[in-house]
Formats: sequence, C-alpha cells, structure tokens
Amino acid sequence: MSTDSITWPHTETAAYPLVDKLHEWVATVDHKRLGILYIIYALVFLVIGGIEAGIMRIQLIRAHNDFVSPQVFNRMFTMHGTTMIFFVVMPLVFGFANYLVPLMIGARDMAFPRLNAFSFWLTAFAGLLLYFSLVGANGLYGAGNAPDVGWFAYAPLTSRTFSVGHSTDFWTLALLVSGFGSIGTAINILTTILCMRCPGMSLAKMPLLAWLNLVMAGLVILAVSPLTAAQLMLVVDRYLGGHFFDTQAGGSAVIWMHFFWVFGHPEVYVLVIPAFAFASEIIPVFSRKAIFGYPVMVAATICIGFIGMSVWAHHMFTVGMSSSANTFFVLSTMAIAVPTGIKIFNWLATMWGGKIEFKTPMLFCVAFLFQFLVAGLTGIMLGSAPFNWQLGNSYFVVAHFHYVIVGAILFTIFGAFYYWFPKMSGKMYSETLGKLHFWLFLIGFHLTFDFMHIPGLLGMPRRIYTYEPGRGWDVWNLIVTIGVFFQALGIVVFVANLVWSYFKGETAGSDPWDAWTLEWSTPSPPPAYNFAVIPTIKSRRPLWDLKHPADPDWKYE
Amino acid sequence: MFVLAVTGAIFAIVFSLLVYAVAKFRRRNDDGREPPQVYGSNQVEVAWTVIPILIVVALFMATARVIAIVQKTSPPSNAIEVTAIGHQFWWEYRYPDLGVVTANELHVPVSDPAHPSLTFLKLLSADTDHSFWVPRLGGKTDLIPNHPNSMWIDPHEAGLYLGQCAQYCGTQHAKMLLRVYVQPREEFDRWIQQQRQPASISDVVSEGRRVFETTACINCHAVAGTVANGRFGPDLTHLMSRETIAAGAAPNTPESLRLWIQKPEAIKPGSLMPAMELNDRELDAVTAYLETLR
Repeated sequence: MSTDSITWPHTETAAYPLVDKLHEWVATVDHKRLGILYIIYALVFLVIGGIEAGIMRIQLIRAHNDFVSPQVFNRMFTMHGTTMIFFVVMPLVFGFANYLVPLMIGARDMAFPRLNAFSFWLTAFAGLLLYFSLVGANGLYGAGNAPDVGWFAYAPLTSRTFSVGHSTDFWTLALLVSGFGSIGTAINILTTILCMRCPGMSLAKMPLLAWLNLVMAGLVILAVSPLTAAQLMLVVDRYLGGHFFDTQAGGSAVIWMHFFWVFGHPEVYVLVIPAFAFASEIIPVFSRKAIFGYPVMVAATICIGFIGMSVWAHHMFTVGMSSSANTFFVLSTMAIAVPTGIKIFNWLATMWGGKIEFKTPMLFCVAFLFQFLVAGLTGIMLGSAPFNWQLGNSYFVVAHFHYVIVGAILFTIFGAFYYWFPKMSGKMYSETLGKLHFWLFLIGFHLTFDFMHIPGLLGMPRRIYTYEPGRGWDVWNLIVTIGVFFQALGIVVFVANLVWSYFKGETAGSDPWDAWTLEWSTPSPPPAYNFAVIPTIKSRRPLWDLKHPADPDWKYE
Repeated sequence: MFVLAVTGAIFAIVFSLLVYAVAKFRRRNDDGREPPQVYGSNQVEVAWTVIPILIVVALFMATARVIAIVQKTSPPSNAIEVTAIGHQFWWEYRYPDLGVVTANELHVPVSDPAHPSLTFLKLLSADTDHSFWVPRLGGKTDLIPNHPNSMWIDPHEAGLYLGQCAQYCGTQHAKMLLRVYVQPREEFDRWIQQQRQPASISDVVSEGRRVFETTACINCHAVAGTVANGRFGPDLTHLMSRETIAAGAAPNTPESLRLWIQKPEAIKPGSLMPAMELNDRELDAVTAYLETLR
C-alpha cells in the first residue's frame, strides 16, 4: 500500500484572498472540511450552552437567590438542554464521523458529498434558528423570548393555550430542520461504511470506530424520525387545528412523552456509542495492545443498539403506566447493562498487560472508564422503577445523565480532540496545556456532578429556579456551583491550546502516536481525496502489519 | 436496598480492578518493544457475560416484586379518598366522601401499622403536567390532563411533610410547594368538622366583603355560602385555617396576604394571580375580610 497522495495545485498556493478561502469553506463538499465545520460549529455552541449552565448555577448558589427571574431561568435550562444535545454533542459526533470514517475505511470521501454539505448546513441553520428566537419570540404567559418549555417540551405546555408566543415555534422548527440534517448525515454514514470500504476490508476487518458509527447511524435514522414526525404533529396542533397533544380537546399528553422518549433514549446511545468508538481506538494505541475481544465488542454494540430501542419508557415510570409495562421496561433497562458491562471489561482487558502511556487522550479515556462505571451503576438504580418513583425528575437524575453526557461522552470527545488534532491540523498540541485542561476539568466535573447526586437524594426536583432554605440543599448547591468554575477554566485552557497549537505548535508528522489504522498512513493534514492509491488491507490493523512484517495481525485473525 | 448493595459491590470490584490496571501497567523503563498482543479469550468473555446476566436477573426479580406490591389496584374499604388536582401553580384537594374542599395543605390521618388507614390519592390535572412528590411519604406520581392517576400513602408518624411539584409545569413550577399534615385520628376528624362549617359571616367586615364580591376576585375564588364560586383559584372558605398562602410560597400573615393581593409578583413572579389594583382602603378592607374566613 502507498502513503503517497495526490496534491492538488490550489491547496499549495499560499497567497490568495481571504474571501476566496472562506468561499471554499462555504461551498465545500469535502468530508474533512465538513467534519471540521461541524466541530468548530459545535465548539461555539458548547461555549454558549456552558454560559447558560453557568447562569443557572449562579442562580442556585443559595436559597432564594435573585440573580435571574424564573422566566429567564426557565429559558436557560430549555436552551441549555436543547443546545447541548442537538447543537453540541450531535454535531461533534457527526463531525468526527465525517472526518474519520472515510479515512479509516480507505475511502476518498463520503458516499454522498453533496448530501453531506446539505445536512451540515441544515444543522447549522437550525442552531441559528433556535437562537434567533432571542430576537423575535414570546414564550409562556408573562415570559419573554426564547423557548421555555423544557428540552423535552411536554404537552400540553407547548400548546398555544399555555405557550402563547412564538418561542415554542422556534424550538419546534429548529428541531425539525436539524432532524432532517441528522437523518441525512446518518444515511450518508451508513452508506459510506457499507459501500465504500477499501479492498480487503470485510465488515469483520473494519476498525471498531467504523462499526460503532454504523450502529450509531442506524439508531439516528430510527430515533430521530419519530422526533421529527412529532415536531410536525406539534406544528399541526399549533397552527392547523390538530389535537394530537391538545388535552383540552381530547388529545394525549402521554403520546408526546412516548414520541419524545422513543427518540430520547436511543439518542443517548447515538451519543455514547461514538464515545465508545473513540475509546476503542485510543485505549489500544496508548496501551500498545490490540483491542481485546473485537467480535464481542461488535456484538455488544449491536446488542446495545437493539435493546436501546426498547427502553424508552423508563423515562416515564411516574406517568402511571400499568405494572406490567413498568416491569417490562425495568427488564429491558437492566438488560442493557450486560453488553455495556462487557465493553468496560474488554477495555480493561485491553489495558491489562499493556504498556500504558498517559498522554492526554489516554487520560481522558481512563477517566471515562471510571465515570462511565459510576454512570452505569446509577443508571441501573434509576432503571429500577421503585427507585425511580422516588428519584425520577430529581437532581439525582440530573447528576446521572450529566455523568453520562459529560463524564463519559464529553471526556472521550476531548480525548478524540487531542488524539486526532495532529491529523486534522498537522500540528502537535501542547501536552502541558492538555494535562492542565484534563485536571481542571476532572476536578470541576467531580465537584459539580458527584455532589449533585445529594440534593436529589434529599428531595430537590430539577428545573426549579429557586428553593426554600432549611431543606439541607444549600451547601451542596454551593459546591456544585464552585465546580462549574473549574470546568469553565478547563474549557478556556482547551480552546487556548487548540488555537495556540494550530498557529505555533510543532509539526506533528503523519503518525505521531505510532498507531495502526489507515488515517495515520496519510500526511497530516490529509490532502483532498485522502488516498492517491486506494489501500488494500489484510487485517484490522493495517499499519501494524506494515510496521511488524515478521509478526502481522492477519496471521491471528 | 438490595439494588443499592449490588451496585455498590459491582462498583467496588470494577473500580479496584481499574485502579490496579492503571497503576500496574504503566509504561516504565521502555525497551522499545511492544507488549504481547492478546486478541481475546472466549472463556473469560463468556464468564463476564454470564455473571452480569445472573446479576441482572436477580435485580429484576427483586424489582418486579416491589412493583407488584406498590401498584395495588383497588383501595381498601377504610381508606381515605382524596382527589388531588394540579393547577398552575397550586394544589386543590377534594375529599369527596367527607364533603371538604381545600387547597395546598393536605391533611391526612396517621396510619397505625396494626390497623392501617391508607390515604388514596386520585391525581388529576386542570392544565399542564404536574407531579406529586413528598419524598418521605412515597414515590412521585404525575398528574396529567386526560390521564387520571392514583397513588397511596401510608404515613406512620404524625407531623408536617414537605415536598413540591416534580414535573415542570410552567413559569412558577419552583414555588408549587406541597405540605402534608399527618395528624392523629381525633385531630384529623376535628379538622374535617371544622372544614365542613359554612364560611363565617361577620358584619364588621362587610366593606371588605363588598369589595371582594364586586371585583374580579370571585372569578377565580370561592367562599362557600356566598356569591363567590370561582374555580380557577384556591377555595378561600377556610383560608385562615391554613398556615401558608400561594402554595407554600409565603406564611399566612396579614402582611403577606395584603402584599399578595396588591403585588403577587413580589412573592411569586409569573403566577396566575393578577395584581388587583385596589386602593389602600380597599386593600385593608379585603385583607380584613379574608382574615375572618376561619
């Protein structure tokens, strides 16, 4: 196989007008550029969503605080949730998938480059549409602009009776538009992985990242479609006289909950499976060992995908389902712990007997293992319906899902940033700043989300803009808020590191980690169309075979 | 408890394995050689698939039993039945068998373990979704329009139990507080007797009563035996028997009552109680009238 590549004349010329450069980015259909656009776009929204979280935490720092009004607080948690899920983590996941999948399967681009660009711009404009509500909308009675119905927007709060202005419309339409974007990208990823693999790469020889993104894309199609349909139904309710969710005219609030959570829970797996994918690439490289139990890892992922589609109503244990329905969803929820447990054991076994090198990406992945363990166990507790009757919708739940989304997903995404930054930019990041970011964020994360479990156990429900003193919640809320500042500082270091390294960092070379998958066979950053000659591979670790001709992988697989 | 113990044990074991691996297998005095490559092991992987499956089955059995016990279908014959109705942003309680209607402060008799007298709550909503949650009395159950729910409580100790709405229901979700007074049987019966009395009518406050009955107050509030029969807001027939106003957001004192009528957003911004725009004399009169509703 060859590591040469085609060089296109125009990417070599240094001096041409900025406008042309920007135009190239706007009009691009290159999967790598679109991937980077997704990622930068998500980083901007990460900062915005973080500021919203900060405002909420300052308001809750003590009982009866009046930093913001209830109206503003309600907008903050609605916008924070919507932003972080739809305009931060999903674009990050899609961005990395876009960038990495073609490179790792030896393809020159995605299957549908134009659909790819279209999907990105749909998502991008959906985010802008959501925030445009700050300029032109009205919310619940007495409230101002920006959506304030909560990120799961339970009916009938979203009906025109209770949400008179247009803020809910902005929310609905933003999710509708981004839903189409997500489905487009998912179809693209699915097709690319199934149809564009290089010679020799059977399904069983794909890098795990490709496998996991395949499952993720399938889940997006299954999960985002009902959500998008429900948004359309909501628009019909609000403007065309429909009564799907209009309880005053015989509609059902519970149907909305089912629609939302049949999206909402698989969505968790949409986000966490790519996180698993990053860990499955990073942990082996920094332990210097092949992933332990590749076939089982694939099987466990597919299992999670299937079972993940049948657990949604564990978000609804308190809405009064029959005891047999409750029992079923307890079983499916607990069952999902088995494949997830297998994954944790396999990562552990990959590290076992290795020579672990604690570079920044690995640090984030090790922290992910610890935190995902805790998140999984609190998940089992919440999956037990009687437990959930007590703790559902309390701060215990908030702490639990932030443990998943921040402690597991965001941590591995940070790991992925550091791991693939040299590939994307051609420059090495600063290891010192990377480790500083890690420790600041780790401390902040644990201060915030460890202690957030406690007010939940003490009976503090979520989404309250203030609370009464004397319930024993005050001190815990104070600690939780302090943690936020550490996290914010960590993010500042992170962004500074990326910017500084991009301009001043050392040249990284094509393979700084001595890694084994195909993307490291291209120059950093890879040229347009990636591979001059499409590689042919014989095993799951083509670069290992190349580096150890005497002891290649394909003899054992 | 069983669930907690099992998850705790799993946490301890896997956590220590992780710590061990991270500490033991760090790269030291690097000789530049790769460690032995292990691709997997069927025995080990079967083991850590089967053991979790067994744990899950055990946890599931324990949970299913509790669900079956808690989700009883019919109330025992001696249970007190209460209909709780969630409103933006207050609670309405009706005791259909006892002919009592009240708001925000639920009174129930204490239940003797030897002769349990449960309280069955029928949960309805007048507008958006709410959730009834008093942590020390039991789990939460949602109040959803068009979807009647029920739950029961079995309090063994007298006292005041606090809770609050646990499903986001609109702007003032945070100040939709729950107060449950668990009382010895005789005290509870006395309370019921007192609540069944008609509203006290006193000539001293006829000015306040006139203001109350000729302004928008009666659109939403009811005082039994008078022309006031609004149903959107709390029933005020025995307002002064309650310790708090505005769903627990303020103590029931003449000062906060007056402030609540004059400027509700000072206590509960975004609540549906409008500022009544009365002059000082009318305010004093209405407050004095409400003070007589014992």
